Amino acid sequence: MSELSINDAVVTTRLDAVVNWGRKNSLWPMPFGVACCAIEFMSMMSSKYDLSRFGAEAMRFSPRQSDMMLVLGTITNKMAPVLRTIYAQMAEPKWVISMGVCASSGGMYRTYATLQGIDRIIPVDVYVPGCPPRPESMIYGVMKLQEKIEKESLSMRKDHIARFYESLERQEAIQTAKGLTGQQTIREMLMDAADRGVGSIF
Amino acid sequence: MIIEHIDAQLPGAIADRHAFRGDQTIVVAKAGFMAVVELLHREGFQFLVDITAVDWPEREQRFDVVYHWLNLASQERLRLKVPVADGESVPTLALLFKTANWFEREVFDLFGICFDGHPDLRRLITWDDFPGHALRKDFPLDGGDAFCMEGCTAPYNNGERARA
Amino acid sequence: MDSIALSRQLLDDDKMIVNMGPSHPTTHGTLRIVLELQGETITKATPEMGYLHRGVEKLGESLSYQQFIPLTDRLNYCSAIMNNVGYATAVEKLLGIQIPKRAEQIRVLMSELSRVADHIVCVGVNAVDIGAFTAFLYLFKQRETAYDLFEMAAGQRLHTSFTRIGGLFRDIPEDFAVHTERFVVECEAAIDELERLLTHNPIWYDRTKGVGAISPEDAVNWGYTGPCLRAAGVPQDLRKSQPYLGYETYDFDIPIGTTGDVFDRYLVRVEEMRQSLRIIRQVLARLEPGPIMVDDPKVALPSKEHVYTRMESLIHHFKLIMHGMDMPVGEVYSATEAANGELGFYLVSDGGKNPYRIRVRPPCLPIFSSFEDQVKGGLIADAVAVLGAMNIIAGELDR
Repeated sequence: MSELSINDAVVTTRLDAVVNWGRKNSLWPMPFGVACCAIEFMSMMSSKYDLSRFGAEAMRFSPRQSDMMLVLGTITNKMAPVLRTIYAQMAEPKWVISMGVCASSGGMYRTYATLQGIDRIIPVDVYVPGCPPRPESMIYGVMKLQEKIEKESLSMRKDHIARFYESLERQEAIQTAKGLTGQQTIREMLMDAADRGVGSIF
Repeated sequence: MIIEHIDAQLPGAIADRHAFRGDQTIVVAKAGFMAVVELLHREGFQFLVDITAVDWPEREQRFDVVYHWLNLASQERLRLKVPVADGESVPTLALLFKTANWFEREVFDLFGICFDGHPDLRRLITWDDFPGHALRKDFPLDGGDAFCMEGCTAPYNNGERARA
Repeated sequence: MDSIALSRQLLDDDKMIVNMGPSHPTTHGTLRIVLELQGETITKATPEMGYLHRGVEKLGESLSYQQFIPLTDRLNYCSAIMNNVGYATAVEKLLGIQIPKRAEQIRVLMSELSRVADHIVCVGVNAVDIGAFTAFLYLFKQRETAYDLFEMAAGQRLHTSFTRIGGLFRDIPEDFAVHTERFVVECEAAIDELERLLTHNPIWYDRTKGVGAISPEDAVNWGYTGPCLRAAGVPQDLRKSQPYLGYETYDFDIPIGTTGDVFDRYLVRVEEMRQSLRIIRQVLARLEPGPIMVDDPKVALPSKEHVYTRMESLIHHFKLIMHGMDMPVGEVYSATEAANGELGFYLVSDGGKNPYRIRVRPPCLPIFSSFEDQVKGGLIADAVAVLGAMNIIAGELDR
């Protein structure tokens, strides 16, 4: 943040820096809590560890009213289309923190039913390992996200979000064309991507 | 105790029996199954604890549908197994024991065993068009997804590295 | 499943379809309920589960018995140690071994601590869903202290993996008893505070009395176990009726309700918390020094000092880990009284290193399957209250 003080009363800064400062200090989480990490999230929100110090007290369970999605728990293949829908419903700017190893990489569940990491279907900004991560680790993850937001630029829309919306359209096209459920469509897209050697479907 | 009752009132219904570590188990053929269940219901075994299945692919009657009962008055437990072949179905208990409804749906989902007379037999824990039945021994652990086991070693792959 | 909602909407335009979940504000993990409403009254409720199905039972078939223990932690994640204890008890039954007395006592102590922790989450979250946020905050302070105790004993707050086949991971430290006694005193005060906040609160009473009532015969027919069954009036508790781990030697009562409604379930849980604290006091009083692992070389791993210094112990350790224990051929079903009810493990062994089949009997599956019966004819607000009182933990429901 470069500042130039004129008469000690006016401080000019770059617009990016101001906007990013505002965004990083008022991240409203959307806890996408599905499993055990959600219990540690509850601990983090209560008074001992207290995430509200970081401006994140307004815990809205609605994607429309939040900007940071915390994915807390194992995302299974059955839950995958729901996660994509909720992520799509969030308004930009939006960030995703994948809390815990199950969300980051499938965790200890290398099975037919578990999605091996949410970055296969949605873009992720910060990964917090742990099973479950201690509340301090989760807070550190939020702080890392704040560092990342500081360095962002307002002018460019994020490429990965654009690609995500494209992949959502592709998913809907395949779904209506073949008459499959969302889960089976995503599964096919994933296997397709794996054949090409690519990890994610967006 | 209950086994003596069954032997007395329905002789020949029990095809096999054993007691291992204090658990009494009886094997009943599909034909005599409903009669035994109704007897159990009359004799105080009103609490159906669990329904599940085990897959023995080398056997001709591949699946063992396993029922566990508890008698609340005497705290006696009983395990009942019904061997069925692939494609055969078992009569439903969902009308007599309401708890059987979802347990049978789960067995259908994971093993593919149908239950005659079930009010709503569809998949329970996997998605509607899941390809196959997950807990059968010939269904792969990763569900056919090569990426799932990528770079993974023991214990899943017998020590071999998958898709390095 | 989406087609069900759509087809109902097309059939009858007076009815409104409301979809609760799988991503929803109540903090009960992922489940989905499709409600058909006439105004605010529920005419049909179709619950759907499986959104947290991770394939644990199939995964267990490719892991050894000891390796399955961390997976059991994540079943009922609010009270992880009780799942560990239930599973270890099942494998010990299959092996036919008896664990040492101190291990039994510590297992009882940690199980009752977990039971208190689980009921804290259930009552707290039930209150939050109905709108009483203060109870949750007050109770969670106690849960944090319980976490500190778990961390002291097992090294981890939530997923402890504290038991091993044949005993425990390690012995509890010396100052554990002092801290636990202090926790018991504080927790009893916190429960009194909770009762002052909720039990005689007219809003709580109106929201929960008469909601989701169930008769004892229906509860048994639906397969209820645990606090929900006892709230309906059936005096079934495995700790009393089929005691394990020495529960017959402890002096405690089981609260029984009358109507099975949400208010009764709340009262049963609060009283169970008090009884658990009573059991913890008794365990602390009679804890005696001794081994915490069974003295059977076919089951117990040698101590780390021996593994690092003696060749035979190294080979012994290697053989137990790589080739597994000598398991008999057979099957067992072993059930313990977990916080939600009868948590059963059905193990089928073919003599090999890995179990041939592991089946987890989830206590909340039959309870959740009866959801429609419980809420039909009620209001949406009642559906939320009933869901909270059922204590559906998705990890255990879906495995």
